[in-house]
Amino acid sequence: MEKRFDSAAIILPMLGVGLVLLVWTFLSLKVAPDLPSPWRTWEESKKYILNPFFKDGEMNQGILRFTFLSLVRVAKGYLLAIAIGTPLGFLLGMSANFHRAFDPVIQVLRPISPLAWLPLGLVIFKQSELAALFTIAICAMWPTVINTAMGVRSISQEYLNVGRVLKLSPIKTLRRIMIPATLPYMFTGYRLSLGMAWLVIVAAEMLTGAPGLGGFLWQEYNSLVYSHILLSILAIGLIGYALDRLMSLVEGRFKTA
Amino acid sequence: MAFLEMRGVSKNFKVNGAKSGRVLPVLSNIDLAIDRNEFVSVIGRSGSGKTTLVSLIAGLIEPDQGTILLEGKPIDGPGPDRGIVFQNYSLLSWMTVFENVFLAVDAVAADIASNEKRERTRHYINLVNLGAAANKVPRELSGGMRQRVAVARGLAMEPKVLLLDEPFSALDALTRSTLQEEVARIWMETKKTVVMITNDIDEAILLSDCIYTLTSGPGATLSPALQVETAHPRSRKQLSGDATCQRLRRETFGLLAGKPNAVSAALLAS
Repeated sequence: MEKRFDSAAIILPMLGVGLVLLVWTFLSLKVAPDLPSPWRTWEESKKYILNPFFKDGEMNQGILRFTFLSLVRVAKGYLLAIAIGTPLGFLLGMSANFHRAFDPVIQVLRPISPLAWLPLGLVIFKQSELAALFTIAICAMWPTVINTAMGVRSISQEYLNVGRVLKLSPIKTLRRIMIPATLPYMFTGYRLSLGMAWLVIVAAEMLTGAPGLGGFLWQEYNSLVYSHILLSILAIGLIGYALDRLMSLVEGRFKTA
Repeated sequence: MAFLEMRGVSKNFKVNGAKSGRVLPVLSNIDLAIDRNEFVSVIGRSGSGKTTLVSLIAGLIEPDQGTILLEGKPIDGPGPDRGIVFQNYSLLSWMTVFENVFLAVDAVAADIASNEKRERTRHYINLVNLGAAANKVPRELSGGMRQRVAVARGLAMEPKVLLLDEPFSALDALTRSTLQEEVARIWMETKKTVVMITNDIDEAILLSDCIYTLTSGPGATLSPALQVETAHPRSRKQLSGDATCQRLRRETFGLLAGKPNAVSAALLAS
């Protein structure tokens, strides 16, 4: 029984991947002749994968080098997002008036696409790197804001009563009771925000032409090297998945706490 | 003058939020006088406003009418002079047993040295026999152990009055009787003034000097106190045999039921 389960756990995902490769091959052969087949993609991309750290120029680097550049950019924007989003979420959760004043604004800003924010960032900062950070931060912030606010609102009255009976100072109540009680919600927000930041990075790099996975993707589209588009897409997906797993692990640690 | 006193205290709750303007009286005209070092029980059915009563004394909610005095001074909001053991323990789940109790010690005794605070924390954890579990977090503990932590935290505040809000209601019968005996022992050792809310007549008779009965709500009020004269410590066996205790049971049951009726008399006779 156990053995069968184990082999199924390996075979079924491989079956899924195989099927996608099959459809991909079929599409490249019969439907879209410009789309490189999986084999051609590998042939034309292996230089970037097998030698992931080479650098032949700003826009011609190994895939892990591009990944690193994108990750650094995401990290900056993401840290900005949670640094602003967490206190904002606390304020929204703690004060009904603050919530009434700013919730409508947030609900309107939340669905705006990064493609719309980026030009505004360029207008404000006149510099593509800052505009990219601005776009990542403002798009990735909302899950943190909303989850933190929800976490604060759902702090059990019992916990707060403990603080009241002990006459804890507001700072101590925040530090010893409110923050620990909200932590699981905060980390759910952080995980979703990181996913969002990773989604935004590609758009931001495509529009600003900054070196990174998104910038590379766009450049190779313009140079008609379509196999590298697929390479970038795969890399973006894999890194995104890895980031999410990583954050899930961190989140899980706080869930049990 | 009584140590803790409630004078003409009433509390209403708003029905369907503030807008409807309709109010439901929960407690009306509560008079209560408790002496220092006395163990008092307030017994009532579920929904009769017991938790409201204890929250009023704790200062977590304010009365609509009347005053609550501790040592002759009106209480002003919640404070550690009225330590409370909440019905559902309310332990902070991210803190160990030690940290939960230490939080209370640290909050009420800000001016003593930190090793003295740790010493005091350990003292109260040992008092409830939890020394071995000091570094566990609440989810690793059984219900009875959690309740002990809550009692230790309440005691560690070294309050003037210890409020127990249905402290044993969520426990199985065996654990409950063990903990009742422990509370009796701790009370004998510390001689705290205790107000215990309960729905268990035997528990009230076992532990308290004096029993108030809360009539059924809405607008519940307190019946005059019944004194339990039997000397401490008491045993369960004593209670089942003792004629005075039997009479107390009958009287309390009668007060709870509104008036003694045939069914309850038959039940008690059996």
